[in-house]
Amino acid sequence: MVRVKLWGSLRALADGEEWVEVEASNFKELLDALSEKYPGLAPQIKRGVSLALDGVIYREAWFTKIGPENEVVLMPYMVGG
Amino acid sequence: MKTIPVETTINGDSTEFLCNADESLLDVLRDRLGLTGAKEGCGTGDCGACSVMMNGRLVCSCLVLGVETQGAEIETIEGMAKGEELHPLQRVFLEEAALQCGVCTPGILIAAKALLEKNPDPTDTEVRYWLAGNLCRCTGYDKIIKAVQTAAAEMRSA
Amino acid sequence: MAFDAQAERNFKVVGTRVLRPDGIDKVTGKAAYGADISAPGMLHGRILRSPHAHARIVSIDVSEAEKLPGVKAVVTGADLAQPEDDAFSDVAINCLARDKALYDGHAVAAVAATSKSIAKQAIRLIKVDYEVLPHVTDVDEAMKPDAPVVQEGRALETVPAGMSQNVTTHCQFGHGDLEAGFAKADKIIERSFKTAATHQGYIEPQACMASLGNDGRGEVWCCTQGQYMVRANCAAALGVEESQLRITASEIGGGFGGKTSTFIEPVALALSRKAGKPVKIVMTRDEVLKATGPTISSSMDIKIGMTKDGRITAGQGVLRYSGGAYPNATVEMGAQAAFAAYNLEAVETIGWNAMTNRPKEIPYRAPGAPTAIYAVESVVDELCQELGLDPLDVRLMNAADKGTLSSYGPTFNEIGLVATLEAAKAHPHYTAPLGPNQGRGLSCGFWFNFGGNTCVSLNINDDGTVGVVEGNPDIGGSRASISMMAAEEMGVPYEKVRTVIADTSSLGFNDITDGSRVTFAVGLATIQAARAAIKEMCRRVAKIWDIDEDAVIWEDGCAKPAGPNAGTHPPMTLAEIAAIAGKTGGPIAGHHEVNADGAGVSFGVHLCDTEVDPETGAVKILRYTVFQDAGKAVHPDYVEGQMQGGAVQGIGWALNEEYIYGEDGRLQNAGFLDYRVPVASDLPEIETVILEIPNPGHPYGVRGVGETPIVPPLAAIANAVSRAAGVRMTELPMSPPRLLKAITG
Repeated sequence: MVRVKLWGSLRALADGEEWVEVEASNFKELLDALSEKYPGLAPQIKRGVSLALDGVIYREAWFTKIGPENEVVLMPYMVGG
Repeated sequence: MKTIPVETTINGDSTEFLCNADESLLDVLRDRLGLTGAKEGCGTGDCGACSVMMNGRLVCSCLVLGVETQGAEIETIEGMAKGEELHPLQRVFLEEAALQCGVCTPGILIAAKALLEKNPDPTDTEVRYWLAGNLCRCTGYDKIIKAVQTAAAEMRSA
Repeated sequence: MAFDAQAERNFKVVGTRVLRPDGIDKVTGKAAYGADISAPGMLHGRILRSPHAHARIVSIDVSEAEKLPGVKAVVTGADLAQPEDDAFSDVAINCLARDKALYDGHAVAAVAATSKSIAKQAIRLIKVDYEVLPHVTDVDEAMKPDAPVVQEGRALETVPAGMSQNVTTHCQFGHGDLEAGFAKADKIIERSFKTAATHQGYIEPQACMASLGNDGRGEVWCCTQGQYMVRANCAAALGVEESQLRITASEIGGGFGGKTSTFIEPVALALSRKAGKPVKIVMTRDEVLKATGPTISSSMDIKIGMTKDGRITAGQGVLRYSGGAYPNATVEMGAQAAFAAYNLEAVETIGWNAMTNRPKEIPYRAPGAPTAIYAVESVVDELCQELGLDPLDVRLMNAADKGTLSSYGPTFNEIGLVATLEAAKAHPHYTAPLGPNQGRGLSCGFWFNFGGNTCVSLNINDDGTVGVVEGNPDIGGSRASISMMAAEEMGVPYEKVRTVIADTSSLGFNDITDGSRVTFAVGLATIQAARAAIKEMCRRVAKIWDIDEDAVIWEDGCAKPAGPNAGTHPPMTLAEIAAIAGKTGGPIAGHHEVNADGAGVSFGVHLCDTEVDPETGAVKILRYTVFQDAGKAVHPDYVEGQMQGGAVQGIGWALNEEYIYGEDGRLQNAGFLDYRVPVASDLPEIETVILEIPNPGHPYGVRGVGETPIVPPLAAIANAVSRAAGVRMTELPMSPPRLLKAITG
């Protein structure tokens, strides 16, 4: 199981939880599992999200390995100037 | 609209062109003569990217009509280097990274050259006020001011 | 890709101040920018724009314009495709309006004619029947339930029901118990702030030359931060395939984020398709200000609690941004960045975006962050003032560091904020004496930095030189830094490397030049491409020497035997290997394709001294120093240049630049005379201090540097001005009339 942290405005779409747990070994599995478990998150995930793994932000990168020992945080997909 | 023939001297070469009565010198240089070194940043004389010398005076070529240059001597960025030898201002701008995107650079070089011809030993404040009509959005002007001073010192000792 | 664990790597090229490869062209006027290219038979395009802030387009009659001799094509929104994807659709509709004009300056039709003056005449002959609608240009007004609705049905699912339809985005970030945090505070300050929209202000207006045949094949030459982005937007807006469009990025006269979208290329292509000739469109400055993207305008509430010894106990912020007439997520980045510099037990930021009848926001350097951080840093400064505390010590006491739970969710790893603050504290600027009417301000700044999709191809030429092909427009010297990294890795002199920027048909996809990504991500891919080429050269040499591949090493631009067991072969130089490449298996090249991550966040600290004229409200910047962690400064001149240029753009934002709308919803200052960007005489020297704390995500430790420098100036100057004037300024810009009003009450 992987624990993933949701940002505040997503929590209402995931039973009010800040941390949710899903079965996943990489980012793709994580996002698929989140969309399935919490359909309310699916539109945001489809639009695009970033993921922070132990403090490093990844914008896409489905096959990044994650495990229970990692800190995984969902973040909005970001753009720069 | 009828075009008007104009005879002028550009960078030392006698040049003839036809232009409309309402056509700016900048448009003549860029569109009719292929001298695209002067840039149009605003078309209203606020940015200085189109700076050229006309009869020894620094002007915004977007504010001069093509027909006004009859008999005039025009100097543009294309005439600043002598063959492969860069003017000291050009070389120092390059050496001291006084440009980033470079689009304001031709106008600034022309303006800086005009300053040093009038005042070979300006203070930083004098350089800053002289160049206040040339907008640069990349550099914060810092390296530009320093490069003008380096070139000025070099030109004084030459 | 991890930082090379070579202790004290001795760089030979990286870190030096070499001449940029495009320099001679740029000091002699030869460099070709967007408007500098013409084609045989070319037509001139011109765009008709809405004079109304908000209006239904009842009908457009182009018949008179079409009849004008010399006019070869007229197009309207109906000539562009209707992409299904919202983002592409918004771009297409922004290029040419469909049912409604959404802001003053919104394009509604365009013509192509044989001369500029005929094109100008022709657009006056287009008759547009507008039904003028009520408009809204202020973000707070736009959020009211009875506000005029800019677009219907655009709210995301995160927006609670019952709000104005203008509200499209809602977000919330943070952690901890706010109530408990505020209860621990000795002093709580709550303030509201407003900031005006500002423009990137690049000196080169958007320009393009485009050609499209009725077979769907086209070419575009344009100034852009991303040729692949232009290709995608044009393909969607024209309904053609990406493979058939070749986009070439010209030299670019500034962007700062403003050239990360398209405004004219699809219009020029549509005109060209209709006319059967190439079409050039060059925007005027008036059009640039009215119709290309400024930054967001904002309204913000910030509440911070502090103990009397300077510990921040809780921070809370509500940000209301408007990204103009389209949905916009910039507020998400502002809300995440607002408190990023602080180690807080309790923090919350809430963000809203509301549509207004203003042009579509386009990212501007660290989009979203400068305004949010301005508000937070202003309140922190006021708390320091009220509690009699040193503002630098307070920031050091509360600074985020490795292991800090960030305000936006993750735990920070290696960050350089504390070192940057300490550098500021140790600098003579911080303790220099101040005179009457003078004040000193400081602010921290933060930006995420990105990596992104990148392709690099590196070719070993037969004379032993190296060609690098990359796909990111060079906006401030990146060809130099990329060549430097290639030279460093190959062990050849910088002069032996030439880097060029590919068109979209010559190299795989690259993300735009944004997010401070190029030196980081393109550099990373270049290093990898160089390593691939080196590997191949070592393989060839191993065959020549008839030894194992791993018995050959690469050092100082030569293949060498790895040790005594590999034999006594004299080193083979790159040039020697290149000269016989045909005999050893063919041309040698390396390439690398990656979606780079690990860019590493960036912090900066700015110090600023100002003097306020109490009789006029004018502000003079007396001294300005920028401190920033660059990870590893590849070309220090251009790192300093980014720091100085960003600081000065921030100075403009703080003091003078603003979009001013009249009651009629029209922009009142669409020119450089009235939209006043800083000029040389406004400014002092901008001192820079580069720190180098290696980024663990890059082999040389490089961190993006381009965006962070625009973040701190807003608050640094506001804090300096507030201290100098004796009154807390909460609205930007602090233009003389606004400051004078605050001083005189």
